[in-house]
Amino acid sequence: MSECMVLIAISVIAFSGVPGLLLNRHSAVGQWLSVVLAVGGALLGIVGTLQYAVLGESEPISLHWAVPGGEFAVAVDGISTIFLLPIFLIPMLGAIYGLSYWRQSEHPDNGRKLRLFYGLVTASLAMIVVSQNAILFLVAWEIMALSAFFLVTTEDDDERVRDAGWVYLAATHFATLCLFGMFALLRNIAGSFVLAPLPEDAITPGVATTVFLLALAGFGLKAGLMPLHVWLPGAHAMAPSHVSALMSGVLIKIGIYGLVRVVSFFPHPPVWWGGILLALGTVSGVLGVAFAVGQHDLKRLLAYHSVENIGIIVMGIGLALLGRSMQRADWVALGLAGALLHVWNHSLFKSLLFFSAGSVVYATHTREIDHLGGLSKQMPATALAFAVGAVAICGLPPLNGFVSELFLYLGLFRTLGIGAGRSWVGAAFAAPALALIGALAVLCFVKAFGVVFLGSARTAHAEHVKESGLSMTGPMAVLVVGCVFIGLAPALVAPALDRAITEWAPGLPPAELRLASLAPLGWISVMGLGLVCVTVAASAYLRFRLRRGEVGSASTWGCGYAIPSPTMQYTSSSFAAMLVRLFASVLRPKVHETPIEGLFAHEGRFESHVPDTVLDGMIQPSVRSIAELFSRFRVLQQGSIQVYLSYIFMTLLVLLLWSIL
Amino acid sequence: MQVIHMLIHVVLMIAMPPLLLGVITKTKAAFAGRVGPPVLQPYFDMIKLLQKGSVISTTTTWVFFAGPVVALAAALVAGLVVPLGGHPAPISFEGDLILFAYLFALGRFFTASAALDTGSSFEGMGAAREVTFSCLAEPALFFGLLILAKLSQSLSLTGMLAGSLTAAWGIGGASLVLMAVSLFIVLLVENSRIPFDDPATHLELTMIHEVMVLDHSGPALGMILYGAALKLFLVGAVLLRILVPIDSGSPWIDWGSFLVGMPLLAVLIGVVESTMARLPLINVPRILIAACLLSAFGLILLVK
Repeated sequence: MSECMVLIAISVIAFSGVPGLLLNRHSAVGQWLSVVLAVGGALLGIVGTLQYAVLGESEPISLHWAVPGGEFAVAVDGISTIFLLPIFLIPMLGAIYGLSYWRQSEHPDNGRKLRLFYGLVTASLAMIVVSQNAILFLVAWEIMALSAFFLVTTEDDDERVRDAGWVYLAATHFATLCLFGMFALLRNIAGSFVLAPLPEDAITPGVATTVFLLALAGFGLKAGLMPLHVWLPGAHAMAPSHVSALMSGVLIKIGIYGLVRVVSFFPHPPVWWGGILLALGTVSGVLGVAFAVGQHDLKRLLAYHSVENIGIIVMGIGLALLGRSMQRADWVALGLAGALLHVWNHSLFKSLLFFSAGSVVYATHTREIDHLGGLSKQMPATALAFAVGAVAICGLPPLNGFVSELFLYLGLFRTLGIGAGRSWVGAAFAAPALALIGALAVLCFVKAFGVVFLGSARTAHAEHVKESGLSMTGPMAVLVVGCVFIGLAPALVAPALDRAITEWAPGLPPAELRLASLAPLGWISVMGLGLVCVTVAASAYLRFRLRRGEVGSASTWGCGYAIPSPTMQYTSSSFAAMLVRLFASVLRPKVHETPIEGLFAHEGRFESHVPDTVLDGMIQPSVRSIAELFSRFRVLQQGSIQVYLSYIFMTLLVLLLWSIL
Repeated sequence: MQVIHMLIHVVLMIAMPPLLLGVITKTKAAFAGRVGPPVLQPYFDMIKLLQKGSVISTTTTWVFFAGPVVALAAALVAGLVVPLGGHPAPISFEGDLILFAYLFALGRFFTASAALDTGSSFEGMGAAREVTFSCLAEPALFFGLLILAKLSQSLSLTGMLAGSLTAAWGIGGASLVLMAVSLFIVLLVENSRIPFDDPATHLELTMIHEVMVLDHSGPALGMILYGAALKLFLVGAVLLRILVPIDSGSPWIDWGSFLVGMPLLAVLIGVVESTMARLPLINVPRILIAACLLSAFGLILLVK
């Protein structure tokens, strides 16, 4: 039943952009039709998924498919439930958000294209998650990858957008290539393309290692794990904001899904798999947030935070894998619960942040943080939404980010040998790293929130702005509710996590995997509510005191300087300068400076930015030499169809001769 | 009996923090050969501030008041999970140590945001310094918590610190010494004491915490001062427990030793403040990284 509903939902959502193609490009009808279809489909999908989550009844669908090795096999299970909910929820909100963010009347050229691929990418993501056959998985994967390319290049008249699009396309194809290799190897082990746990006696260590590394490269690229994140900042920054929300909130998680699914096929993973995931996750987390601190483009900054959060999620998977290798049920439960709950949390707060950043971009027409300031006065709803998202992404109580990070911390602390069983102390060193990530995130979001929304307007961009309409603030409100709900009542989402965990680790006793016995779910709610109550009481007291006393208003204290101007405010670059200097060996900030010299000084200038070290410093130079090498083969590229046909003929001839001999 | 100890905990947590500030000031005055203000002066200051009017900058919004309010609320909630003087905290559960650390981060988020809300470049500088230094203090704190977790086989602050710590000193004394030094540095940084920050300096350019709250006045400033004192009290209580691990057997003697120990810790802070000069800002990260490494070594010694 759930499968049926999910499949209908997928078809409706995939179709949602099609009616618009047949209508006039200036008419708003297509836009409304597509939103109605997308919302209807998504609601049906959510109901279907929840039905499975509550009842636990699954009726796998399996249909004949004429592709060799292919089978249209679809099933909903505990792990796919976790991923299906954000896949339906976030694009649904994004579609509503797009009603005013990307109005058809304002974007007659690309609005219809955007909505077509928005529906396609959502549908293919859902298809990947429920598919039980590798061929079906790959077909859906490729539709997803290509649709996302067209979404990134929505504004393809801008050269920077095209550049970001090409980098994404190259990266995603490299990922697909790895997946082709991986699924071929898996088929060799299992004997069919069915996605299911492998028979233990058929696995050889060499092949298992290759499968794991290919999965790590392919899925890691999609997820944006450092140092495979190179496509991510550009693509997230250049796409329209509701597309960024979809990509960051949902699309990169499909890499996580693939990783979680594929490693679960191996009954006894070696210890180093978990170790390497934990190490990569830590590196990705720390460096992702360090690069984010250096950014001054609001959406690029958020994009680097996706690298960070993917790092945190991968740390959780690494811990869970270690637990599986060492038969520690508590590590498995806490690590995987942390990772999977963080998948939900990140999709909620990151979409919230991208929606509010989009609202800022819509009102001010700039993404440059240092050109903004003081927006909270004219855009209070957007400012509040951003503040909630910021507190949540920093992992602070009482919101949802804290819950998943707490699970992960508890698991990491337990690797010291607390509780019965074996210890693996290397993992414990990830806990201070996670603390560092949290503190850096606080720095970064104080900077982003403070410089964009607080203080006063730095340039004309930020003056005379208007709050966004209900179709943009409404989706943000839904996400705020989601963040608060998971933060205050984690016990209500624990059953869904429990089901996914027991499915993922079938060899361990389910009683020891129960989250409620390992994490203080009730106390999280009590302390969160307590914190809210104390805060409300303290603010009521402050208000009472302020009302009693005399309250005057004056301009901000400028240490005696009489004519302060908004440009004297601390900027995002100066805010981050101290930390960027600490991390200078990795971040390699570029500074262009014309210093002020002499008695009658000329005008000085100072510019600094943090480019992506991996993309600009490593990949581009090496790719350039490869491109040079391949340019020698250009003689083959004649540009006339007859020559190409003769190539095909000759290839066929050679193959024919080879088969005869 | 349990209820009485809880009541004592709450009363001490609420009433005692400003005393530490008074003791520190008195110690510094003694070193300088002055009489100094009375030990209870911080109480008088805070009560007076709460009754005063305010001047509010026209640039500010609700975030300006969220700073003091959230920082105070977070510290109050954090106070409920910290055991005082070997007595179990009123609330304790697995993972409360992480809540403890993250509540202070929540307070920091809003204090720094409130500073940026004024649009002043001085307050921006203070906010940037505060959050940057915390990035280095936080891992040091977590290495310390790992040491305590390993020694006590427990994941709650009460499990780690209440009850006897003498056995832990027997197993991992060296680690605990390293951790105590590191925690003392974290305490000085997080509570803006010399040699990292001078709460009494007169030059805005060189301040950290004080400059963030330049524009706050009246009741809001009172709340900030009280919240800061509470934070010093709580981190100090953790440090004191590690330095004085003895469990006398009688709960009243334990409370007594806590009541004597906390002012002595304040005297120690006062001595450090009187005998050291303020570090150049550029050196602060180096000391903090050293603190991180100290407690990391402590952990390695323990798990080797």
